[in-house]
Formats: sequence, C-alpha cells, structure tokens
Amino acid sequence: MKKYRLVDHTADMGMEISGRTKKELFSNAALALFDLLIEHKNNHRIEDRQLKGKQKKITVEGMDIADLLINFLRELLYLFHGETLVVSGCKISKCTTKRVVAHLLVQKYNDTKYEMKTEIKAATYHNLKVEKHKTNWKARIIFDV
Amino acid sequence: MSEIKLERIDDNRLLVPQTGGMRVPGIIYANEKIHDLLKRDESIKQVANVAHLPGIVQYSLAMPDVHWGYGFPIGGVAAFNVEDGIISPGGVGYDINCGCRLLSTKLSFFDVKDKISDLTAALYRAIPSGVGSKGVVKLSGKDEKKVLETGSQWAVQNGFGSPEDLEATEDRGAMASADPEKVSARALERGKQQLGTLGSGNHFLEIEFVREIFDQRIAAAFGLRQDQIAVMIHTGSRGLGYQICDDYLALMVKHMQDTGIELPDRQLACAYLRSPRGRDYLAAMACGANYAWANRQLLMHWTREVFEKVLRLAPRELGMRLVYDVCHNIAKIETFPVQGQKTKLCVHRKGATRAFPAGHEALPEQYRQVGQPVLIPGDMGSGSYVLVGQPKALEETFGSACHGAGRVLSRTQAVKAGRGRFIARELSEKGVLVMASSKGTLAEEMPEAYKDVDDVVQVMHEAGIAKKVARLQALACIKG
Repeated sequence: MKKYRLVDHTADMGMEISGRTKKELFSNAALALFDLLIEHKNNHRIEDRQLKGKQKKITVEGMDIADLLINFLRELLYLFHGETLVVSGCKISKCTTKRVVAHLLVQKYNDTKYEMKTEIKAATYHNLKVEKHKTNWKARIIFDV
Repeated sequence: MSEIKLERIDDNRLLVPQTGGMRVPGIIYANEKIHDLLKRDESIKQVANVAHLPGIVQYSLAMPDVHWGYGFPIGGVAAFNVEDGIISPGGVGYDINCGCRLLSTKLSFFDVKDKISDLTAALYRAIPSGVGSKGVVKLSGKDEKKVLETGSQWAVQNGFGSPEDLEATEDRGAMASADPEKVSARALERGKQQLGTLGSGNHFLEIEFVREIFDQRIAAAFGLRQDQIAVMIHTGSRGLGYQICDDYLALMVKHMQDTGIELPDRQLACAYLRSPRGRDYLAAMACGANYAWANRQLLMHWTREVFEKVLRLAPRELGMRLVYDVCHNIAKIETFPVQGQKTKLCVHRKGATRAFPAGHEALPEQYRQVGQPVLIPGDMGSGSYVLVGQPKALEETFGSACHGAGRVLSRTQAVKAGRGRFIARELSEKGVLVMASSKGTLAEEMPEAYKDVDDVVQVMHEAGIAKKVARLQALACIKG
C-alpha cells in the first residue's frame, strides 16, 4: 500500500496519507511531511539515514482525531523550522483520538547531507479529513506552501 | 466544481446571493473570462463561507485575482465591525504582511541593458534566497523586539536606508499596536534567523523597466517615466509570521466552542475583536507586519548597494528611491462609511492591496493629491503594474484592490506541465533572465500557472477601483 500521494490544490499542496492503523497513519504522516520538506543528497548513505540519530519523544493533544493530526504535524514542523531537526523515523506508542505519543528518530539538519525541497508554512484545517475505512485509515491534508 | 449560482451585477462584478447561514451576500470582481476560470476551484464557496462570520458588514468580497485558498479565498476582502465583529488569523494568512515594494532609479533601460546579467548575479549573491534561507543579520533578543515594535524604523536607525523610505511605506513601516509580549518563544526563535531573506515560492526580486505609461500626470507624481529602470521586491514576514498565524489559529480552534460561533471550516477560526484573544492576535500580527517591513527595507538597502557597486555609481547618480511599499496580507482597523455612518472596521485583506484615493489622510504628503500607488506583480517574467487608488474603492471595497495575477494551475499541475521543459531558457528567449535556487520553484511558478495579469488589472481599472498608471516589463528575476 502506498503511504501517501500528492493531490491537487490551486495555491497549496494537498496530500492523502494512508495507514493500516491509526498509529501507522500518524507515523506515515510524519515521514510524508519530511519527504515534502527535504531531499537526501547522494552522499548521504542510506544506512546512516535510518541508524544514526537521537531518540526524541513527543506527546501531542487535540480536540479530536483531525485536530490531533494537525497539532502533531505542527509539532514536527516546529522541530524542523525552529530546532533544525530532521525526522527520519517515527514510532507511535500510544494513539487515542485526543492524544498521541511518538518516538522519533531525529538528526540535525546539515547542508552536506540534505537539501530543502519545499517551504511548508503550515498544515491547514481546510478540507481536512481523517477517516477510518474498512481495512485502513486515510487522511487528507492541505499544506500551505 | 462550485454549485453556487452567481448573478451578474455588471461587466465586472458578480453577486454571490445570501443563502443559508450567510450574514451578507458576496461580490466577486470578475469579467466573463475570469468567471470561467473561477468554475475550476472552490474559491466561490470560500467567499460564501467568509460571509458566515459574525460582524461582517456589507459584502464578503473577492478581487479578480481570487483563487482557492484555505479558509478565506486568496484575493479576499472582508470587513468586520469592531464592536461585535471578529478577527481571524486565517483571514490574514500565514505570511503576515506579505507585500511589495517598488524602487525607481535615475537609470534608463539603455544605460544598463548590457549590465543586467552582472547585476542579477551580484543581487543573487547579496540577497539570501531559497527554501529555508537564513539572514546575515544576527539579531539579539532585544534587537528582535525592537524590530517587532518599530519595523522599518529599526532598519533605518541601524543604517539600512533613509528616513525618506519610511514616508513611502504604508503605515510608515510600523503598525503602532505591536506588542512582542504576545508573540510566542517559538515565533521569536524563527524570526531571529531570517531577517533580511527573500524566501521561496512566489517571492521574488525583479529588475524591471517602465514599458508603458497610461497616466502621465500620476506617473510623474510617482516618479515614474518611460524606459526607467526599477526594482520590485515581493516578500513577507518569513517563519516568524507563519508561526504567529499558526500559534493563534491553534488557540482559536481550541477555544472556538467558548465563542459559540459556528464555522463552515475550522480554518476560519476567529475571536471577537473585543475579546482578550482577539486583541492579543492583533498585537502579535502587528509584530509580524513590522518584521516584514524591516525585512523588505533590508533587501532594498542591499539592492541599492549592489547597483552602486556593479554600475560604479554614487548614491545620488543612481537615485534609487522607494516609490511605495504596500502589504497584501493584513488586518487593519480603518474607518469607512457603512449605511451612511462612519464606522470603525477591522478590514481583512488576504491577497489584496490597500488602494486609497487622493485626499485620504493615511497617504503620505507626496501622494495625497493623486492617490496611493497600488503595486501589482504579475507572474514570473511578465512584469508588474502600478495603479492608483480611486474614490470608488472607498465606497465598494473598503479601499482595496487586487494583489497579483492569481494562480490557475496547482503547483503539481505546473510541475507536470513543466516536465521536459527548460523554463529558465524559455524566459530568457523572451528577454527575462532568471536565477532561482531551485528548479522545482521555477516549474511551480511558470507563467502558465497564473491568470493573465492584464485581465485581472483591467477589471479593477474598468470597475473604477484602481486606475492603470504604468506597466513594467521584467528584465531579470531572482526566485527563491
């Protein structure tokens, strides 16, 4: 199953994210966000992308599952823009409709390894959908770029 | 895509009838050609959605460059009574005080036509641009607060420009209501790193020349003449503004239930202007606006330095003067007649430019007799328009006009359309040199991705909102 795909929106960038479970949906959303934000340079060895880095635990709350997803992405965007951290792994240990606990693998952003791809201003609530389907979860988010 | 039935008022206006929970009707400035383009996206529905918000007066408006945003449409104008109305971070946008400034020079096209590539390369080196670009000005916490409080004035006091620049800036480059205490630590942290950067996306710095003058008298008052070299700068408040918007949006969404306001879209989250949260956002937003003015002031200062150095001219010989600086993502407390009564309103301009006519007290002395310069950048490489605000803008649009060409293709569609093409070469064949830090940006921003700026401006001109003064042609463009 494809973890995410880009969808059209005139001024901004839409994304559809899937996951077999709610936890997987959130962890795929984190990785999709960083796929949009950055590119790995050729000299950045694949094994280093996954293995090297620090663990970071974050807990995020929201009013409902949709708000929770936006708040989760907000937190990740700040890690990148405010603390210049790149998330290369994400494991969700707890996820209710109002609270998510994520264990992230983070590396400091470094010009020699990464290239910034898109400037994402924010994850928006506009046309936001987070839904459980028969066999999986799906979310649709519009990013302001 | 849109099911709302529009009614034509006249050649340049469409009515969005008041239905359901709408408190007022909507008006979209569009001729038939632009009307056809509107059918492609959800901007009409967004005009209707804005009309649901408490305290909105007269109409939910959209300028002819309107396109699908999130919450409010881009190109949207809405005014709310300060007594019982709201303020909405989404109605301002993430890039608080995104705006344009136009610089004129004493040079003509023939003086510099062989120096364009040297100038462009030197500007590209001097002005940090691109995704995540960082500034060379390192701000202390204390300095940053000064920037947030005093905007362009901080820049001028620190040697970036002259006091005359302030006269030619909307609000003299500083909104008085700014309070840095209302800005989060996160926003401050992001702001420290990015002052004096162009950024990416649709932001740019363009060398242009005056191709056509439509109104000699007003062009002369603006200091513009045929074949004159000018520079247009388009950028905003960078990460600081995005963070302020998002912080307050999160807060307002969280407390939306307390206000009892029902919203058709969470992105429209708002607070009453008289509530502490509404006032706090206004004070924080003003900080973002002031940062953006300081940012454009710094970029202008370096542009002057580059021109002087590359062309070996003294400042007086170059004569690079600020024609005007206007913001097009902002909420402002202004007074307009509503049903014959002067009323204090909070005017949201999201992708719309202030367009005050002659005689308005907010205008600097040099333009009070003619009206405010309205700066309209076109798509990449097509150049810009300078218009002047007209009396009808005060009657119909809360003193507002369009802000650009407006997108028609999404970024992904544009990238698809650009596959296998060399956008930079295509533009250079048209006589526009482009330097961009990312090929992706070039494709996303290709000319076909936008409406024809000539059409958009013509609607404003014919509707009597803002009159055409001059058309500038791009010679070189720096993109992030």
